[in-house]
Amino acid sequence: MDFTLSKEQEMARTLFRDFAEKEVKPLAQEIDEEERFPTEALEKFRKYKFMGIPYPKEYGGAGCDMLTYEMCIEEMAKVCATTSTMLSAHTSLGTWPILKYGTPEQKAKYLPKLCTGEYLGAFALTEPNAGTDSSAQQTKAVLDGDHYVLNGNKIFITNAGYADTYIVFAMTDKSKGNHGISAFIVEKNFPGFSVGKKEKKMGIHGSSTCELIFENCIVPKENLLGQEGKGFVIAMTTLDGGRIGVAAQAVGIAEGALEETIKYVRERKQFGRPLSKFQNTQFEIADMMTKVKAAQLLLYRAAKAKETQKSCTQEAAMAKLYCASTAMDVTTRCVQLHGGYGYTREYPVERMMRDAKITEIYEGTSEVQKMVISKAALK
Amino acid sequence: MNIVVCIKQVPNTNEVKLDPKTGTLIREGVPSIINPDDKAGLEAALRLKDTNGAHVTVLSMGPPQAETALREALAMGADDAILVTDRAFGGADTWATAHTIAAALKTIPYDLIITGRQAIDGDTAQVGPQIAENLHIPNISYAEEIKVEGDYITVKRQFEDRYHIVKAKMPCLITALSELNEPRYMTPGGIFDAYREKKIKIVTRKDLDVKDGDIGLKGSPTRVIKTFTKSPKAAGTLVSNLDPQEAADYMLEKLQEKFII
Repeated sequence: MDFTLSKEQEMARTLFRDFAEKEVKPLAQEIDEEERFPTEALEKFRKYKFMGIPYPKEYGGAGCDMLTYEMCIEEMAKVCATTSTMLSAHTSLGTWPILKYGTPEQKAKYLPKLCTGEYLGAFALTEPNAGTDSSAQQTKAVLDGDHYVLNGNKIFITNAGYADTYIVFAMTDKSKGNHGISAFIVEKNFPGFSVGKKEKKMGIHGSSTCELIFENCIVPKENLLGQEGKGFVIAMTTLDGGRIGVAAQAVGIAEGALEETIKYVRERKQFGRPLSKFQNTQFEIADMMTKVKAAQLLLYRAAKAKETQKSCTQEAAMAKLYCASTAMDVTTRCVQLHGGYGYTREYPVERMMRDAKITEIYEGTSEVQKMVISKAALK
Repeated sequence: MNIVVCIKQVPNTNEVKLDPKTGTLIREGVPSIINPDDKAGLEAALRLKDTNGAHVTVLSMGPPQAETALREALAMGADDAILVTDRAFGGADTWATAHTIAAALKTIPYDLIITGRQAIDGDTAQVGPQIAENLHIPNISYAEEIKVEGDYITVKRQFEDRYHIVKAKMPCLITALSELNEPRYMTPGGIFDAYREKKIKIVTRKDLDVKDGDIGLKGSPTRVIKTFTKSPKAAGTLVSNLDPQEAADYMLEKLQEKFII
């Protein structure tokens, strides 16, 4: 088993680290405090072709591999979780389903725009009454001649208001339950589509999280993604990829907090010596570092599985479960090592702890991941 | 237009640590980078490519691992890369290096050659101008702004307290300052293409029309006696309002005072 990165992956990692440090980190605190969308990062992601890292060049992608893309999310999350959320939702959730399930026409129409970043992508599954129970979709789509008419609401939609295309799930045949859900590519300018209220969140403050409203929204028939009734499968397989993205984000947040803490405990003195000279600090650092590295291995394994295996459901669920709990645990302990200062906004670990929490919730809570993992183990 | 940018791979001196016992540099584990002045030269070439259209070749003389610097340049947008490498070139001083690089340049087409002003690991600032001498082409050093119009290049040549605007007919060579620009990032796709699709042309001793006595350690007239950091000199005395005769007398007196003449 080879645990080393290829030369190109190594160089890409250096690029992402350098880019994150110089372009993303300086704005992280401001974006958090002002709760504003990371527009500057988006512009630079477009310019330097970060918007379609794992996708084929024929569609305007960079032609890299999945692991390289996940490393990009990881490095961005190290300094700013908000920025990594935007890129991950666009790439894993907003673009991948079209690559995997789109018709040649849909691919030709949307992928070049998404992969170059001319369009920002988003994904809309969650509803007020369909969270973990995502099969309980209430948004309806009715075929009417050459178009579908969509009615309903989606909530907690990442990149909402900034995205140009949304992968939207709606019931086309309620009697069939899961098998009655269909997926659609909805453009922001389609009649009857609008963006509702913006959520005020605990963390990832700069990420735009809003409600979507469909009021007799007209979606051309050719924008049905996959076949009617395939929506649930499309949603679940897309989420497999999305979960790896969240795992990458979680690892990044934990690494970022740990780096900040290592710096802090070397400088901060109590009882006449730096905190780093106390055994409690040393053991905490050792423990956290080991967990982070273990999480990173699960993440990279899942990224590899995504690329080489037919299904990566298990690997993705385990990576997300473990990486998210690691992020929460590590950031909490990092705040603790910072003491009172860690609880203030003067140090970034406060933000990182708030940001870490979402990784245990979105794209399937930790409990959902346990359901997925145990289902396969006990079948 | 064919632009050739000469780059050198150097240790990132920001990350070099001194061995506290011996006082020497610890080079192990220090990442290698493209020399900053050279990277600015590459960026200048890529901007000329963006605005005027050009074919940009990067060339480096060094050990096989200098390939990484060339791949990085390709990932930034250079079209071709050449690595001039051979054990016979080892130990070269600036004279032998410039002689070897010039010989390599003679084998390819060029209108403009860009080198960095100097490398952060040697700080001589000699190789660029020496390449121009070897090729018998004009050289403009310390370029801070570059404009191309037809066959001519106009360069703002920066000094400590002033600048010159210099115009030259191409082919010519310019040496770039890191202040020239902010080099672009690589792109992720550019990195993968640089490794998976592009080939680096290897040039060795047998490919070049050079004599053994002019390359490598043998061809290097420089002997390094010792290296040290210069201690700053005290500020000089400014004497003004003297006519030429008085000035000459003044200098003569000072030189005699210090027993120099």
